[in-house]
Amino acid sequence: MAELLKVNNLSMHFRGLKAVQDFSASLAEHGIYGLIGTNGAGKTTVINMLSGVLKPTAGTIEFAGRDITAMRPDRIARLGILRTYQNLRLFRRMTALENVIIGAQMHHSYSDVDAVLTLPCFRVEEDEMRRVAREMLALMGIERYADERANSLPYGAQRKLEIARILAARPRLLLLDEPAAGMNPQESAELVEIIRRIRETFGLTILLIEHDMKVVMGLTEYIYVMATGQIIAEGKPDEVRKDQKVITAYLGRKRRDA
Amino acid sequence: MRLRDNHLFRLIIFVILPLIGLIVTSMNSGSYYSGLVHLFGINIILVASLNLVNGYSGMFSMGHAAFMAIGAYASAMLTLTADQKVFLMPALPDWLMHLTLPFPVTLLVAGVLASVTALLIGFPVLRFKGHYLSVATIGLIVIVRAVLDNEDQITNGARGVTGLPDYASTGIIFSVAILCLFVLYRLIHSSYGRGLIAMRDDWTAAQTLGVNLTTKKLSAFLISAFMAGMAGGLWGHMQSVISGKFFYIDTSFKIVETSIIGGMFSLSGAIVGSALMTFIPELLAPLETGITLFGVQLPELYGASNMILAAALILIIIFRRQGIMGYSEIITDSLFSRETYLSLFRPDQYSSLAKAIVTLPVRSWQSLKARWVGQKHKSL
Repeated sequence: MAELLKVNNLSMHFRGLKAVQDFSASLAEHGIYGLIGTNGAGKTTVINMLSGVLKPTAGTIEFAGRDITAMRPDRIARLGILRTYQNLRLFRRMTALENVIIGAQMHHSYSDVDAVLTLPCFRVEEDEMRRVAREMLALMGIERYADERANSLPYGAQRKLEIARILAARPRLLLLDEPAAGMNPQESAELVEIIRRIRETFGLTILLIEHDMKVVMGLTEYIYVMATGQIIAEGKPDEVRKDQKVITAYLGRKRRDA
Repeated sequence: MRLRDNHLFRLIIFVILPLIGLIVTSMNSGSYYSGLVHLFGINIILVASLNLVNGYSGMFSMGHAAFMAIGAYASAMLTLTADQKVFLMPALPDWLMHLTLPFPVTLLVAGVLASVTALLIGFPVLRFKGHYLSVATIGLIVIVRAVLDNEDQITNGARGVTGLPDYASTGIIFSVAILCLFVLYRLIHSSYGRGLIAMRDDWTAAQTLGVNLTTKKLSAFLISAFMAGMAGGLWGHMQSVISGKFFYIDTSFKIVETSIIGGMFSLSGAIVGSALMTFIPELLAPLETGITLFGVQLPELYGASNMILAAALILIIIFRRQGIMGYSEIITDSLFSRETYLSLFRPDQYSSLAKAIVTLPVRSWQSLKARWVGQKHKSL
């Protein structure tokens, strides 16, 4: 499989704090990758750098053969890297459908003059955006909330709405920051199914941060484990599970002298 | 069905009645009340264009008076006769001295010049967020005022420019106002406006969904300045006298105040706010000179109308922060939707309108009763 994202020695320092240190990874097309680690390990910082929200202190990011290290977030989004947020960032005043349309309109081709004159090309494309947006809501199983305000949706539906919103933007690489956070076991099992399905439907590459080990082990094909800003282990779920360093990082070291 | 959802009803209230009002006004041009209606039209342009920046894009600009000033002076420069200009603006270059353009063209030039100014200050200023941006735009007003007051050869200093021809007719003011509202309405209901609102609600999320914040902010600022420039041109020709003191911080504050009272997240709010803020001070004006109310002679209350307006603003901020219209677009929706105009010929609209009006007392009684009974239940 072709390589889609290549990350070389990525580092992020906030003054003296080394949030991420020498993070290297390689994501092949169509794979599902996991990024796990204890709290404060720097996982979200990695996603922030990949999506352009933070500019790395050192290192490079290559996406589909292009260097995107210094690119603005909106340009990176246009290339097809789209992300969700750990603590939801929906457009709260808009309806669920409008939220998804924001994603769908990223590649619109009518000009603002077409919009002011309400030309046929404007109307055709607007209808198409609406159709795509409804389709994505249906795919995530939340089409019944289409016309409700985003902040009035149940929590699980808000999480799904964030995914629907980026799916409408024609992504190639999804960065999901704790998509199952705050979901009950049944909801997160459902989410695993949905993520699998959208990977198949759109041929996506997915990188997800998750604390729910059931989700990570059931879904991902390759896992990076971080602790205090560095990768301490990587490999297939089974290998990672048995890795001594990972166990130490999660459970702590046995005190031998006790 | 609710009365306000009836297209024919909307046509009558929001299109036909205002149109009759405008026609009556244009026939009595020069009277005191037509002057007020003209001011109302200009205020609509100013407030609606300010709402694009303050309400929809989440920045908070106070610089509208500066853009008005630039528009007014530009339009004066292009409409005065050479004889007047020799006297008032002696330092103008020769080609400009003899140039007089038709009024609609000068308005466009006024808008363009205001936009260019917005572009020049936009790059440094739009990096600021929140209050910092407001303060920076107030700075712009101060700069413009200082230039106008001290430049003797082009803007005639603090004496100002007089004798602007009376071109601002009811027709042209309201054509420009409706055109501006239409353009803003269409922009807001397209990908452009959705991007702006997304940026307002959460700029990080908007950016990672492909919204270019810089161009969005700058373009909203430019469009807004363009319209403010045109409004300034209209205002100058309505007053026929312009000078720096008319375009100072208090002018900007009044526009911002109108925008907040009407509702800055809505274009209909701009219309409602402008109506209130244009006509109510005039109704209150007699208070300042002393009136007889129910046989009691009130003393002269200087500044009473300003105090009442200030109190109203405070009350609105406390009890209805989103302004009178909130997020509703009922007026512009009715003005610019085809349905409204088609309803004129659709018989079913007449019957449902008639039904809605006939049943109105019954329905309002029922809803009042429901509310009253509901409250009694709550208190139990």
